[in-house]
Amino acid sequence: MNDASWRPGAALDALKARADLLRTVRAFFDARGVLEVSTPSLAAHAVSDEHIDAIEVPGHGWLQTSPEYHMKRLLAAGSGPIYQIARAFRDGEAGARHNPEFTLLEWYRPGFDLEALVDECLALLTPLCAAGAERHRFRALFREVTGLDPLTATAAALADRATGAGAPAGLSGPQAVDYLMATVVEPALDPAVITVVVDFPGWAAALAQTAGDDDGATVARRFEIYHRGLELANGYQELLDADEQARRFARDNEKRLAAGKRPMTPDPYLLDALRAGLPPCSGVALGLERLHMALSGAGRIDQVWPFPRDRA
Amino acid sequence: MASYSTSEFKSGLKLMLDGDPCSIIENEFVKPGKGQAFNRVKLRNLKTGKVIERTFKSGDSLEGADVLDVTMQYIYSDGEFWHFMDPNTFDQKPAGADAVGDAKQWLKEEDMCEVTLYNGEPLSVSPPNFVELEITQTDPGVKGDTAGTGGKPATLSTGAVVRVPLFVQEGEVIKVDTRTGEYVGRIKN
Repeated sequence: MNDASWRPGAALDALKARADLLRTVRAFFDARGVLEVSTPSLAAHAVSDEHIDAIEVPGHGWLQTSPEYHMKRLLAAGSGPIYQIARAFRDGEAGARHNPEFTLLEWYRPGFDLEALVDECLALLTPLCAAGAERHRFRALFREVTGLDPLTATAAALADRATGAGAPAGLSGPQAVDYLMATVVEPALDPAVITVVVDFPGWAAALAQTAGDDDGATVARRFEIYHRGLELANGYQELLDADEQARRFARDNEKRLAAGKRPMTPDPYLLDALRAGLPPCSGVALGLERLHMALSGAGRIDQVWPFPRDRA
Repeated sequence: MASYSTSEFKSGLKLMLDGDPCSIIENEFVKPGKGQAFNRVKLRNLKTGKVIERTFKSGDSLEGADVLDVTMQYIYSDGEFWHFMDPNTFDQKPAGADAVGDAKQWLKEEDMCEVTLYNGEPLSVSPPNFVELEITQTDPGVKGDTAGTGGKPATLSTGAVVRVPLFVQEGEVIKVDTRTGEYVGRIKN
């Protein structure tokens, strides 16, 4: 072990910039009457999403992969608009832009549709990033960059296109779309502007409402925001229907089993809160370290996170 | 051999890919939104030295390669094989010309080398970073030149040719950096 390995990896300037960013965020929500809340990081249940794995704490439950379930329970209990700066944990997510432990700025707006929440995201981000914004629909953007319609192209055509771009063989249609989005479409975005992509494919709805596109294809009322080559935020017009939520949990678990992953018990508190009634709302989670990276031009999350995981 | 999941990938890990032992140079984690994650991996084929780029679905695994880096002593060459000995077990291994490669021009008997073994057989040989070798041939230099500008070629006992300062003479032992092939200094007796 190197003698200097006790030292932080990020510069002290980066710590100060983070403190400034947190102050700016709190002032933004304070001025808009959004209440800051704190919810547990450790809970009995965790997300069932096929591609997100929680870290188990034996004897206690799971570290939360986002504060979403707890915050929705607050919303159902009548909290009104709320935000949180929460630590989140995701197993296996480690790389230049990922750390298994990270910080989410997550907020919910009762009465906001997807567009109203996108507007609020841009009200926060445009002055911070000193950049203009562009809005795209997922389907049109994907088609423009790859030449394929992500919703109607055959799985074989999508997989071929992905393999041509370096993907492993044998991807499913949705996996090929994920691969092409991350490796072909995202790098084609103008890094200097804030890019908002709305209406994701229906299979990627997670906890978002779905709607029919012009030709009847299902799209998710979900958006993502990208800036300077980084994915910053993911938002939903939130699903309100408890039965549909229960069906999605069951489908998630089928996919987890098919992928050789352990199924997750659906969170009964979240389902009960939805049955009691979640107010119509939209919510978004923004990666705070990612935003810090975009603002400072850092290429690696280690530059804005004082202690990398192998020295934490 | 154990198999390794993408979450265990890190530089230096030795894996089997398309039947050849490879070493990971770089591992990049790519995850779009809430979708399928991928690992884009750069590997060096340890047999051919070629660099390969490959993308795996996160969660996939690859067989580990039975590759070991061992410090061994170079003993002698019989012209066809270069023989190395493990100083602890006295176990001897012959390495062919493919395995020894460019290292052969720096191999001096009794020097310690890093030998990469694959399934127990030498796959590649790294010479010590610095070797001390005798000059067997070089033209007489001009007396008084100590700055070492320009220099002249000198052939060493192993057959390697390096540039040396003009004042360095035949029969002297010099220190060479094998990574760059450059003269470092004279060894005074």
